[in-house]
Amino acid sequence: MRLHTFKIGGVHPEENKITADVKTKNAALPKVAIFPLGQHIGAPAKPVVKRGDFVKVGTLIAESGGFVSAPIYSSVSGTVAKIDTSIDATGYRKPVIIINVEGDEWEESIDRSEKLETLDEHSELTPENIIDIIKRAGITGMGGAGFPAFIKLCPPPTAKAECIIINGVECEPYITADYRLMMEHAKEILVGLDLLMKAAKVDRGYIGIEENKPEAIKLFTQLTADDSRIEIVPLAQKYPQGGEKQLVDAVINRQVPAPPAIPVNVGAIIQNICTAYAVYQAVMKHKPLFERYTTVTGKQVKNPGNYLVRIGTTFGELICACGGMPEGDNKVLAGGPMMGKSVMSLDVPVTKGTNSITILSGNDARRKAIQPCIRCGKCVDACPMGLEPYLLAILSANNLYDRLENEGVTSCMSCGSCQFTCPSHRPILDNILQGKGVVMGMIKARNVKK
Amino acid sequence: MGKLIVSLSPHAHGNDSVEKNMFGVVIALIPAILVSFIYFGLGSVVVLLSSVAACMFFEWAITKYMLKREPTLTDGSAIVTGLLLGMNLPSNLPVCIVIIGALMAIGVAKMTFGGLGNNPFNPALVARCILLVSFPAQMTSWPMAGQLTSYIDAQTGATPLAIMKQAIKTGDASILDKLPSATQLLLGSNPTMGLGSIGEVCALALLLGLAYLLWKKVITWHIPVSIIATVFIFSGLLHLANPVYSNPLNEILSGGLMLGAIFMATDYVTSPMTHKGQLIYGIAIGFFTVVIRNWGSYPEGMSFAILIMNAFTPIINLSTKPKRFGEVVKK
Amino acid sequence: MNFILTSVIALGAIALISSVVLYFISKKFAVKEDPRIGKVSALLPGANCGGCGFAGCSGMACALVAGADKGSIEGFRCPVGGDDVMLKIADTLGMAAASSEPFVAVVRCNGTCDNRPRIAEYDGLHTCAAINSTSAGETGCGYGCLGCGDCVSACQFDAIHMNPDTGLPEVDEDKCTSCGACVKVCPRHIIELRKKGPKGHRVYVQCANKDKGAVAKKACSVACIGCGKCEKVCQFDAITIENNLSYIDFNKCHMCIKCVDECPTGAIVKINFPIKKKVEVEA
Repeated sequence: MRLHTFKIGGVHPEENKITADVKTKNAALPKVAIFPLGQHIGAPAKPVVKRGDFVKVGTLIAESGGFVSAPIYSSVSGTVAKIDTSIDATGYRKPVIIINVEGDEWEESIDRSEKLETLDEHSELTPENIIDIIKRAGITGMGGAGFPAFIKLCPPPTAKAECIIINGVECEPYITADYRLMMEHAKEILVGLDLLMKAAKVDRGYIGIEENKPEAIKLFTQLTADDSRIEIVPLAQKYPQGGEKQLVDAVINRQVPAPPAIPVNVGAIIQNICTAYAVYQAVMKHKPLFERYTTVTGKQVKNPGNYLVRIGTTFGELICACGGMPEGDNKVLAGGPMMGKSVMSLDVPVTKGTNSITILSGNDARRKAIQPCIRCGKCVDACPMGLEPYLLAILSANNLYDRLENEGVTSCMSCGSCQFTCPSHRPILDNILQGKGVVMGMIKARNVKK
Repeated sequence: MGKLIVSLSPHAHGNDSVEKNMFGVVIALIPAILVSFIYFGLGSVVVLLSSVAACMFFEWAITKYMLKREPTLTDGSAIVTGLLLGMNLPSNLPVCIVIIGALMAIGVAKMTFGGLGNNPFNPALVARCILLVSFPAQMTSWPMAGQLTSYIDAQTGATPLAIMKQAIKTGDASILDKLPSATQLLLGSNPTMGLGSIGEVCALALLLGLAYLLWKKVITWHIPVSIIATVFIFSGLLHLANPVYSNPLNEILSGGLMLGAIFMATDYVTSPMTHKGQLIYGIAIGFFTVVIRNWGSYPEGMSFAILIMNAFTPIINLSTKPKRFGEVVKK
Repeated sequence: MNFILTSVIALGAIALISSVVLYFISKKFAVKEDPRIGKVSALLPGANCGGCGFAGCSGMACALVAGADKGSIEGFRCPVGGDDVMLKIADTLGMAAASSEPFVAVVRCNGTCDNRPRIAEYDGLHTCAAINSTSAGETGCGYGCLGCGDCVSACQFDAIHMNPDTGLPEVDEDKCTSCGACVKVCPRHIIELRKKGPKGHRVYVQCANKDKGAVAKKACSVACIGCGKCEKVCQFDAITIENNLSYIDFNKCHMCIKCVDECPTGAIVKINFPIKKKVEVEA
């Protein structure tokens, strides 16, 4: 059988999924938990606690700061130490709430039992109910970008949702958090998908899983054998299949037009595996989003593993639990090696979008020497958006922003396939992103003028 | 604990490199080189070695003493240029002419434009064409096979392309009967004729090289296939119209066509970036080759055709854009 | 012989026809331009740096002539040519030129390798703009100099250079024309145009860090911590503190240099004062 996949470009990074068979453990409670107020795309949350307040696990500590925003819940019990600024993944200081941890006391409303609740037992839930709970629970896209989940479920009036696609692709090398979650909580994820389908008022659900996870494909196919609404779609292995547009292309063979179009314009709503699980917990267990599955991995990490981590735990503490930092100079990534952000301090906390902490050591940590562009065109072949990365990089380096916009730089989703494939090790994406930033600024300024 | 390193994503790399691609080309040339040793012996060894050595020397000397930057010998591009230049020369060419060729290739065609990646024309072909107009006698006398120990003194003979040209000039199709059979052309085993440049003897060896390049993904099929197909179809039509034009199989198997289509036209730097552009480029090269071969004053048109299209590469790059994601829906 | 004659005649004929065609075309499509624009353009330095705010020197010349027609060329200033050039232009246009004090670019960061420890190593595209758009750079300071020299490449007058020892750019006062190219290109807005001052004396805060005192101090030993001591000691209201950062207004500053001595971290510096020079000699 020919497996589905997206049509244009793509690359095949080394998998390195060394933690695929490591069972998930609960990470130790942190001593101090740090909650950045901007963990999602959109307006930062507004703190509702003040210094000295006592909070429990699951207490609201910051409320939504606008329409595109999400509230934040404490993942620990203890006293609010201060509301201050702290270094984030980019190295800049951003506002945070810092909580000193004391004990582990949960809000009573949270159902901590293991019992599986299904949608049939809760027929009283209406779509509006579900969306409201998702919104209040602070659930954001948990694959990395962190877009508030409820907004995707309320498409603009011009578009109509036809199906939900659950992203179980996990095409980034190293990361296995999604895979472990699929293996350990398959039933809950399916209830989560049920809830999402009900909320979006659609009766078609897909789960896209790459062929390198045959166990997960088997498990989910068995579980959904008697449910005709849900289809498990095995996908050929190719990066960046986890990109929204690529996934829509691969699963239902529809192409999302250039920005500002979003997947729902072709009828699809994409949610991550982790998000589906979080939706289940929020709706059925009254548990807001304050912990997540995170992989701590790296070739030279002593005990790489998958952890259920309280949001706000610092990278340093998690890495210590895995045997500490390897010798020498390292690169620590929030996310995987293709799209992860390198952090400049281990005091950075795990946020809602941190699916992995990847440590690259030795030769992997540094880029190779840059050579002249030999115009081989391999970046053009690799670009999943059908752009010409070499050209965008040149235009951007020479500040030709008008042409850069015409060449479609806004479609670039910074997957890094171009730079990954470049035989001259050129910083193509560095250049493109810098130019894209300027072009986005230009477009914004133009829209304001209008 | 060591330092933390920060940079933008991606943090992984596919381990492709300029060196890998360049040495891929060298490996792909090995069958053709071996065949040339068998047919030309000493002459081929001397010309190839002096060409590679001279190219590497000029690359090193120019980067170090004139451009004052780190020598770039290790990227392997000088070796490839040297080999390809050597493959494009007759095996009885005096060493001093080979060295002039290397200076033209590296010094004039490559380094004056800024070195690797910036040259608009294929360096080896520029050198070949300069030599062809500067030393027409030496550059068009082709030794016959089997003279393993002779070099400049080798016996020469007419090449199949010269015979084809003669047929067209005189309008006498019976001259074409002197041509070797297609099998002989494929293997390069025709003892009574001049064999052409060192690299164009055996089409089969070059095709082996093509298979290797495609397998290792150094190049894609677009350029070689479009060139060979165009030459085949165009010369086939001519042959049907008038039998003084030789049959298409002979056209694609003789002369520098295979060498040019597989190794010269596919040079990264001077060929278009997109597949659409590569097809246009290949078709145009095939077309010009047949035109020059049949109606020009030179018997072989491959080098000129490639250089002409090199000049058009920037325009082709501008006008052929890959299909963007999601464009279909818009229509 | 015949063949030489033919070519001479043929080429001559082509030359004749072309010249006639060119003559008529140049007459027909001649662009009428105010002759003063040409004169003013000739007076301008021709560096096309854009420091005046117009697109190149000819843009400035057009604007000057248009201004003269309206009756005033006040507000126009060529930072490169300075007063000399502006006076000549004013003469040409029959206007009075307002003279102004010369400016010079200053780098408001002293985060040398010693003062500001590198906590990480940046390994990507080597331009300040690229680093700034993605991360805080190599140090804990999110406001300071990134040290990749975008300003150096922006300068058309060879007036700004990286000091390899400190990793910071240094302005050559004699060459700086205060065109502002470096100010525009610096992604962190560290470089500022300040009055050159009498005898080149200048006092300014050599820091752009807006973090709270303790955080700023941790990142860099010579950071401005916004303590406010300078504000108190200043008798001329020249110093303001905003966002934990002190700023000295060069129009109000009287160069009493009290603030320099008062500053606990040494973030306020005086330039070209005689004492400073002695110190340099000793060192």
